[in-house]
Amino acid sequence: MEALEILLQPSFWAAAIRIATPLIFGVLGALLCERAGVLNLGIEGIFVAGAMAGWLSVYLGLPLWGGVAVAALTGAAFGLLHAVLTVPLGLSQHVTGIGVTLLATSMSYFGYRVAFPNVTSPPRIEAFRPLDLGPLREIPFVGPILAQQTALTWLAFACVAVVGLVLARTQLGLAVRAVGDNPAAVESQGLSVTAIRMGAVVAGSALMAVGGAFLTMSAFNAFFFGMISGRGWVCIALTVFASWRPGKALVGALLFGAFDAYQLRLQTVSGGVVPSQIFLMLPYVFSIAALLVAARRADYPRALMQPYFKGQR
Amino acid sequence: MIRFVRREAVPFWLSLAAPVGAGLAALLLTAVPLAISGAPIGRGFALLFEGSVGSVFALTETMARATPLIFTGLAAAVAFRAKLWNIGAEGQLYAGALAAVVVGTGAIAAPPFVLVPLVLLAGAAAGAGLLMGPVFFKSRFGADEVVTTLLMNFIVILFVQMMLEGPLKDPLSLGWPQSEPMVDEAVLPKLVDRMRVHAGLLVAIACAIASHVLLERTLWGFQIRAVGESAAAARYAGVPMGGTLLRVALLSGGFAGLAGACEVAGLKGYLTADLSPGYGYAGIVVAMLAGLSPLGVIPAALFVAGVFVGADTMSRSIGVSNYLADLVVAMSLLCVIVGGLFARYEVRFVRRGAQA
Repeated sequence: MEALEILLQPSFWAAAIRIATPLIFGVLGALLCERAGVLNLGIEGIFVAGAMAGWLSVYLGLPLWGGVAVAALTGAAFGLLHAVLTVPLGLSQHVTGIGVTLLATSMSYFGYRVAFPNVTSPPRIEAFRPLDLGPLREIPFVGPILAQQTALTWLAFACVAVVGLVLARTQLGLAVRAVGDNPAAVESQGLSVTAIRMGAVVAGSALMAVGGAFLTMSAFNAFFFGMISGRGWVCIALTVFASWRPGKALVGALLFGAFDAYQLRLQTVSGGVVPSQIFLMLPYVFSIAALLVAARRADYPRALMQPYFKGQR
Repeated sequence: MIRFVRREAVPFWLSLAAPVGAGLAALLLTAVPLAISGAPIGRGFALLFEGSVGSVFALTETMARATPLIFTGLAAAVAFRAKLWNIGAEGQLYAGALAAVVVGTGAIAAPPFVLVPLVLLAGAAAGAGLLMGPVFFKSRFGADEVVTTLLMNFIVILFVQMMLEGPLKDPLSLGWPQSEPMVDEAVLPKLVDRMRVHAGLLVAIACAIASHVLLERTLWGFQIRAVGESAAAARYAGVPMGGTLLRVALLSGGFAGLAGACEVAGLKGYLTADLSPGYGYAGIVVAMLAGLSPLGVIPAALFVAGVFVGADTMSRSIGVSNYLADLVVAMSLLCVIVGGLFARYEVRFVRRGAQA
């Protein structure tokens, strides 16, 4: 019974949204890249770099939103690297992505060690506080859940709407979707496939990095080694689950968040009878399951992972 | 404007120039992080070389560190040849190590010439078995193996931690989560007295040679390469896709499993959850530096191992974080794929509008 009562606690749902927030940014970023035809396995490292860059800038005196901007720019820079190597140069997106992840991760870890050679406990910053919602707090059940969320979570929700609208309703969105489905058709319209693809990868990577920054600037207030622990890869799985749609990405991330928050609470309820690792495995198992459910019917962007060279038929 | 023209044939010297150039470029780029961290650059480089190749001890350490990298490099090279994106070598390595511990810590009493091969076989089988999941998901559900193998890595390491705190925990380890030590009969012999390099290196080199022969000289190898070059053409030519994929997966996972088994049976003597500092991922770099050639994996692994060992020495002497090694390795991966491009394509500068 206790296991079901968890679902009635506002604190559980607040935690679910908190866990989902970085994934919302990550899945949005990944789907933007993939809609344009580029698989971005740099995501895991870009998460690390965003987490590190945003946090470090605030630690060094920038305001919180300045930190978010630095994180986004850092992500965009790694995105540009991935884009240059995979779009005009047409290198393997798998290998390049892994390379970007290794580079971004090692640069962040090395940078952290250069900045703090001998610290034992990680230095902390004043992180984002929950946004004051005024009278909205009084709404029964939902109020207390939303009142615990920080501005970055609201930004994530806003990004879902913006990315969704841009992809579905604008010329630019149409062009992005088209370079991922039929690049030759885009070129025949006089548009540059290379530019559109690179732009989508850079923008998507910036979103991913903001997801990473949420972890160090809102969920925690410090940077730890190994703090990303596969969240990027989870996003790649959830992108398939979301069939590359921003709305479904939100649903997928929230489902994952609820699942993760639930296992954390079950751990306490179970009272140590079941080894904690079993619970910690569940989010990864969930992600694989989500991928399997969706993969069969997945409608991959048709030109995903296919490099395009000008004038190619 | 610049045009890339595909070369008819890549001359051999050029195919060597890409990885060598990439390694050198990555090492040169190391000066940047060294400078940023305020370390003396010249002394940093001197320590890097001294620590990796400067003495008998350094050389044996590099060879010891290269052993798991040859295995994980082969795991990536063989799989990537067939465009099976197995990024799960890290998890398969731990599965192999776990199996080695289960077999080699006293469960079976046998003389070394039986027990050592048994330990290695168990490791290979566990690594290969672990990859069967993602291969099944790929063929049955069409689930991308990149994501499933990556996610499995985290599951396996948690499973290893669980085993080390539970049934496999050494009761004499004073609460430290580690397995019981391997029995003497299950330990791989040392190659050099009082040094850590062990017979696992010979097994690794043998595997590299065997993979080379398999890929270049047999029908199976031809089928593997055909699937990688063009799946559609291979299918049309009657290559059994499922069977080929399965064989590649068995090989790839098996090599990664051997990496773990050899680390336990040759180097550490017991299993902890921090057995591998990312050998699985570094194996991808090794494979790319090797141009996916099994024989090339050996020098590539020695290079990457040298960077790791040298960076450790540097870190101890002048306090530069040994994350520098990961940085060099990552840079060499990106350098080699760009270098490979210049080897495969000729760069021609053409005036805009002119016919190429």
